[in-house]
Amino acid sequence: MAAPMLRWCCPGRRFAFAWVGCGSCHRRGPPTGSTSNGKRGQSSVAQQPHFTAQKPREGEHEWAAVVGLEIHAQIASNSKLFSGSQVHFAAPPNSLVSFFDASLPGTLPVLNRRCVEAAVMTGLALDCHINRKSLFDRKHYFYADLPAGYQITQQRLPIAVNGSLAYSVCVGRKPSRMVTRTVRVKQIQLEQDSGKSLHDDLRSQTLIDLNRAGIGLLELVLEPDMSCGEEAATAVRELQLILQALGTSQANMAEGQLRVDANISVHRPGEPLGVRTEVKNLNSARFLAKAIDYEIQRQINELENGGEILNETRSFDNRLGFMPEPNLPPLLLYDSGSLPSGADPQQVINVDQLRERLPELPRVTRERLVRQYGMLPEHSCALLNEVGLLEFFQNVIKETRAEPKKVTSWVLNTFLGFLKQRNLAVSESPVTPSALAELLDLLDRKAISSSAAKQVFEELWRNDGKTPAQIVAEKKLELLQDPEALEQLCRSTLEAHPHVVMDLKRGNARAINKLIGLVRKATLGRADPTAIKEVLERQLSS
Amino acid sequence: MSSLLSASRGLRTGEAALRRPRRSEMWARAAHLGLRAAARGRRGFTSKADPQGSGRVTGELIQHLERLSLVDFGSQEAVARLEKAIAFADRLRAVNTDGVEPMESVLEDRCLYLRSDNVVEGSCAEELLQNSHRVVEEYFVAPPGNISWSKLDEKQPFSHR
Repeated sequence: MAAPMLRWCCPGRRFAFAWVGCGSCHRRGPPTGSTSNGKRGQSSVAQQPHFTAQKPREGEHEWAAVVGLEIHAQIASNSKLFSGSQVHFAAPPNSLVSFFDASLPGTLPVLNRRCVEAAVMTGLALDCHINRKSLFDRKHYFYADLPAGYQITQQRLPIAVNGSLAYSVCVGRKPSRMVTRTVRVKQIQLEQDSGKSLHDDLRSQTLIDLNRAGIGLLELVLEPDMSCGEEAATAVRELQLILQALGTSQANMAEGQLRVDANISVHRPGEPLGVRTEVKNLNSARFLAKAIDYEIQRQINELENGGEILNETRSFDNRLGFMPEPNLPPLLLYDSGSLPSGADPQQVINVDQLRERLPELPRVTRERLVRQYGMLPEHSCALLNEVGLLEFFQNVIKETRAEPKKVTSWVLNTFLGFLKQRNLAVSESPVTPSALAELLDLLDRKAISSSAAKQVFEELWRNDGKTPAQIVAEKKLELLQDPEALEQLCRSTLEAHPHVVMDLKRGNARAINKLIGLVRKATLGRADPTAIKEVLERQLSS
Repeated sequence: MSSLLSASRGLRTGEAALRRPRRSEMWARAAHLGLRAAARGRRGFTSKADPQGSGRVTGELIQHLERLSLVDFGSQEAVARLEKAIAFADRLRAVNTDGVEPMESVLEDRCLYLRSDNVVEGSCAEELLQNSHRVVEEYFVAPPGNISWSKLDEKQPFSHR
């Protein structure tokens, strides 16, 4: 395959591994290639602005942007955080609502064990300190989709604090190197989701569906350690992969299972941080990066034109409206050392036990793939980025004798290419891992050429139930095994086209390709071009 | 809207029956918490309200409370009542609580019960919708944004389907 593998790490897909090319991506702290005052030095970062509309301004390279994130992830559980009604994406309005969810008087919250486990596992995966005692609060505000008038959350003493999330960015081009960045996780807290409002402006009314009200959410607060949209989007993507690997959330942004709010400010390097603005409810990874960069640019423009940044969200300290949740005692967690003896296992949560049960995290998986199969980091990234692709790859590896590098190339280029062209998921692929494994075996044995293999693959995709071997036999795609026959064909081709031979002897090196093409036609495509070239060159020089 | 307000300050079984607090008193408690926060040095109302507790409440604070609570402090009488309510709550400060951890819940010594993740409720849309003043198909109907019904009914919408 001559085509570069990196094509599949293109923009349009958010990988937990990104090309950092944003113009406003200035880092505070030790320089990792980004510069100020126009002195490029040995910078290896290719600074290309995201926005074509902006022509470079004088002061532009002197701004630093700071981005913090608040992420809400819907917990993957059967029932809601404080009630036994079902968690499900699509259902008739208000059919998944219990009396508690509708906030009828006399109802009380009862905590779902699965949601607590999900919070602890996520905290452990992000290297957080798990608070053995955490508390629930009520956050009061009025909105029609919040029937109680308050949301139960964990503002004061959340379940997990002080963690970190690592993500990889690729800096510079030729040579590019992979850099790991981390963003601190301030806290993780359990809270209730609100219902959904549908606004009917024509009739001046709002329609309320409470199916979503009360679903358990994990709120993750990421400190403002990111400096541009690309970094934020990459961090979010990595978080998605972690949550999916843990099984704590499906983290599907399109279905509203993962919602991101960004806090953005700009300042001049060395000066204190600027006024923050909030960009709320970002529902797609691609839009997230764009929206953040747009806001950064807007703030820069505003400040350069002598304006100021207004924070419209709150004019007072928003602590007004919090009170402890009086119906819930503190949430206590234990470890193997502190487990009360004789306790009902259903009623206690052992953090150590959960730690042991943590599955392999994406970062570890990627490193293992690179080590085990000698693939490039961006390949391991691409394998993890598509649902089911890693499993497919591993199944092919299991059944084939071909080299892992060959398998990687076929899976990421050919197989994934076919899927993307037809907009299919891995689970919908007509080609099974066994079929691809068999095909790669034929290729490995040199029974067929690589172009023949492509043809076979196309046939397989049509899913007529034939195996690769059958297709090869039917279409007579086997490589010419008889060296004598090849020699004959080459000799006769050379004799039949003396002018091309003359051309070659006169110094036109590319004439050989014409000869190779002619021989291939003569062999009905059953000879490997490299082998043909070798024979021709040998015959020509003798 | 009134149904939402009563839900938020609804009485729960098990609580001693109190008279329904006046709206301004409810927010006096919140404003008082704000003053206490200021006294503890957090950014708050120190500059906005009289820290000595004379109960004078600034126009800015009123606007903020109105926005948060949807209570209309339209008249001077309402503001005066609010100030009296704050003064009433202020008497809590007479108690010396140095070195005492605040009690957040009378249940603090109880075990928090953990429920298994099973679906045991729901599927009662019809029953729930009967509680609503207005309903469209299977949706509850609320006024747009945070405007009360009474204000809306005053304006006649110019087209009806």
